[in-house]
Amino acid sequence: MKLAVPKECRPGERRVAVTPENVARLVKLGFSVAVERDAGAAASFGDDDYAAAGAEVVAGTREIWQAGDIVLKVQPPAAHPGLGVHEAELIREGGTLISFLYPGKNQDIIDKLVARKATAIAVDQIPRISRAQKMDALSSMANIAGYRAVVEAASFYGRFFTGQMTAAGRVPPAKVLVIGAGVAGLAAIGAARGMGAIVRAFDTRPTVKEQVKSMGAEFIELNVHEDGEGTGGYAKEMSPAFIKAEMEMFLAQAKEVDIIITTALIPNRPAPILITEEMVKAMKKGSVIVDLAAENGGNCALTEPGQVVQKHGVHILGYTDLPSRLAPTASLLFGNNLTHLLADLGGASHFRLDLADEVVRGALVVRDGEVIWPPPPRPPVVLPPAPKVVAAPLAAQAAKTPASAGVAGPVAALIAAIALVGLGLVAPPAFLGHLTVFALSVVIGWQVVWNVTPALHTPLMSVTNAISGIIVLGGMLQLTGPLSSPVVMVGAAAILLATINIVGGFMVTQRMLRMFRR
Amino acid sequence: MTIAYLAAGILFIQSLGGLSRQESARKGNLFGMLGMALAVGVTAFGPGAGNYGVLIGALVIGGGIGAAMAARVAMTDMPQLVAMLHSFVGLAAVLVGFGGTLNPANTLTGVEATIHAVETFIGVFVGAITFTGSIIAFGKLQGLIGSRPLLLPGRHILNLIALLTCVFLGFQFVGADHGAALQPLIVATVIASLLGIHLVMAIGGADMPVVVSMLNSYSGWAAAAAGFMLGNDLLIITGALVGSSGAILSYIMCHAMNRSFVSVILGGFGAEEGKAPAAGAQPAGEVTSITAEETAELLRDAKSVVIVPGYGMAVAQAQHPMYEVTKMLRDKGASVRFAIHPVAGRLPGHMNVLLAEAKVPYDIVLEMEEINADFPDTDVVIVCGANDIVNPGALDDPSSPIFGMPILEVWKAKTCIVMKRGMASGYAGVDNPLFYKDNTQMLFGDAKKMIDAVLAALKQ
Repeated sequence: MKLAVPKECRPGERRVAVTPENVARLVKLGFSVAVERDAGAAASFGDDDYAAAGAEVVAGTREIWQAGDIVLKVQPPAAHPGLGVHEAELIREGGTLISFLYPGKNQDIIDKLVARKATAIAVDQIPRISRAQKMDALSSMANIAGYRAVVEAASFYGRFFTGQMTAAGRVPPAKVLVIGAGVAGLAAIGAARGMGAIVRAFDTRPTVKEQVKSMGAEFIELNVHEDGEGTGGYAKEMSPAFIKAEMEMFLAQAKEVDIIITTALIPNRPAPILITEEMVKAMKKGSVIVDLAAENGGNCALTEPGQVVQKHGVHILGYTDLPSRLAPTASLLFGNNLTHLLADLGGASHFRLDLADEVVRGALVVRDGEVIWPPPPRPPVVLPPAPKVVAAPLAAQAAKTPASAGVAGPVAALIAAIALVGLGLVAPPAFLGHLTVFALSVVIGWQVVWNVTPALHTPLMSVTNAISGIIVLGGMLQLTGPLSSPVVMVGAAAILLATINIVGGFMVTQRMLRMFRR
Repeated sequence: MTIAYLAAGILFIQSLGGLSRQESARKGNLFGMLGMALAVGVTAFGPGAGNYGVLIGALVIGGGIGAAMAARVAMTDMPQLVAMLHSFVGLAAVLVGFGGTLNPANTLTGVEATIHAVETFIGVFVGAITFTGSIIAFGKLQGLIGSRPLLLPGRHILNLIALLTCVFLGFQFVGADHGAALQPLIVATVIASLLGIHLVMAIGGADMPVVVSMLNSYSGWAAAAAGFMLGNDLLIITGALVGSSGAILSYIMCHAMNRSFVSVILGGFGAEEGKAPAAGAQPAGEVTSITAEETAELLRDAKSVVIVPGYGMAVAQAQHPMYEVTKMLRDKGASVRFAIHPVAGRLPGHMNVLLAEAKVPYDIVLEMEEINADFPDTDVVIVCGANDIVNPGALDDPSSPIFGMPILEVWKAKTCIVMKRGMASGYAGVDNPLFYKDNTQMLFGDAKKMIDAVLAALKQ
């Protein structure tokens, strides 16, 4: 089976669907790979690299589109500026296309693919389930976009990110606000933290709070409580009261922070406007806004998609090609996603589009010229509320424990106290002395062993074992008397056994400990 | 003499304290030896001792046997050795108790006599349980006895009857005259021995770590009881130290397995759990297998590797080639770490000892809590001869017998290679859904041979 990788034709697109590293792995999966000449040039992959990895380098756009059973691309097919023809019309009849497709807004492309009786898999439609994470190109691109957003912000921001104390004076650290803590948001948080900025983040889904904190940012919370968790890991639209509180918070933050990175998207809707002109005005001069939602209209009212504009002294970056600005890495990760997808589809030898497979059903837009997208709505996957299942028995246990302990504890203490008083009345003082020693030793043993490293459990046990050979004293104290008396014989046997224990225990511990080394 | 005993007691405490940390562990062992030498020496030259010929003979023979055993035992057989040694302490405690009863020089009267008799009886009772229990544990660990729990019908009732009978016999013993006292004591010893056998027989092999440390604790209590009987403070101190530390150790283990402490002391567990059938939990799906060469390939590309050893590695003696693989990968710049589940193996800390034997530096050997969060960032996990401790069913399948036990979440890694001899289930007897996960690859075969093959492939 042959894979064909054309050069991306969209102006400014530097990525390529497959890197030489991916080629090697695809060849291992049994595919043969053809790559258009200069396809990887913008991403710093030369034709010779591809050839070395086992790909055939093909000159000519028409030729490459015709060359493969499956065409791998990054961008959706578009009108080719050089040839004056739409890419979708170049595909071999009955061929297969795998790329970003956004079928919701690209009806014209789908029509053209249908006309070619083609099959089309939209990587953007791969369902966000854990099994498909390795094929989730949206996530891998979002990760890159988040990182790049910080890099772009840094280049427009005229100050340090990290605070510094120099001989020449003190420089405060930059304050970054990240709105929307999805993949891109989290990546932005990580990158900004890595550069030394103070980062705060906001998201309508309280569940991401932990993730935000784990990346080292502060999570901003509103007083209004509402869960914005939608389906598929995305957020949903919020109530007016929530939005009002949110906007007030954004305004207050705008006055304080130096950089705002917005990543808020709701599926199948224009991006919500979160940063109004008023907020932009409130920001300090020289501040930067990076709008990762620019492609869908932008989260900032003043964003111009694809452009950098300066309004009220604030740079507003509306780049829509952030992943492409990190072309080698973006290409590699995208290629990895495709490789995983192709492996999942059975590799070259067992290639099969199985509609029963949730991933295939979700991503398959056109099959042999027939549009089968959108897939029938599957019953909303009732994620078993795992934490609750676990929590229930735990809660029951917790409820039980204090109750039983509450009764049993004092009762036991009372009984013990009575027993002790009784003992004290009748027992001889020598016994009480022993009892004291005993009780104190128990407590000491308890305290001493609590903090043992699990790694040392075995040596500890063999040492306590050796020490418990102290019973030898018992035998020794019984050795008085004639040699043949049963007491002495029994005592001697006890000594013998206990000594095996003492010597064996200590020696084996020694042996073990000698082996532990750093 | 009292001062010497005090010193010995303190040395023992120091010894246990020292063993709680790697750095001070050897010193701790040394303290223990000093304390023991001091105690034995002082007792030998103090009042109440005699018959030096017999004493020295017994010491030399016993010491010789002990030294030979310690020097020859393989690290993988450590659990058996420890269990065996426990049984000696138990037997010695029984003998000391009998000796005390037989001793004609006994002149105590009234309350003192009663207390003395009670102490003797308790010492013998606990000693006998320890003795037979440890022998059974030894048998199970050595593979002489099947590791499946033996569940007699109405075993709790049986235990109760045995216990009550012993209490009754105890009363008889206390009330009896010198000559007649022996009979109830012997009967009680026999019953306690049977009880010991029964308690440990009812416990499955996977729970052995807890059992062994519990028996350790019992042996301590037996020594303490003997100390009461003989009025010897050092015996009491040491017995109590060992008893309570063993109990704590068992408690820590139970906690790690999310099991009730009480049910272990009673020797009942593994049973209630066993009753719940794991039916319907049969995970559907296919198992993907992998060859040693492909494993080597995966390892070569991996930046971070975590190795999860289990009892299977111990059985196959695979720790040495495993460390060879580790060294090779580390030399190539990959991060390789070992993840140790608290109950991996058949003895608390069993895996750590084996890895130490293979010279794995202990700072790359991590505990479950330390490493569980790192699995999502791990490229390859190698599960070597472990099963239940990586069973996701423990987290998400309430019908699983091991539900609720914290486990190593290996399936969160990118790829998980499971080395296993076949598709048999672990000691808990449950199927493992891990094997059917998409990112799990099975490498079937003897762990040592497979790792050797991986090593050979890596060297190419």
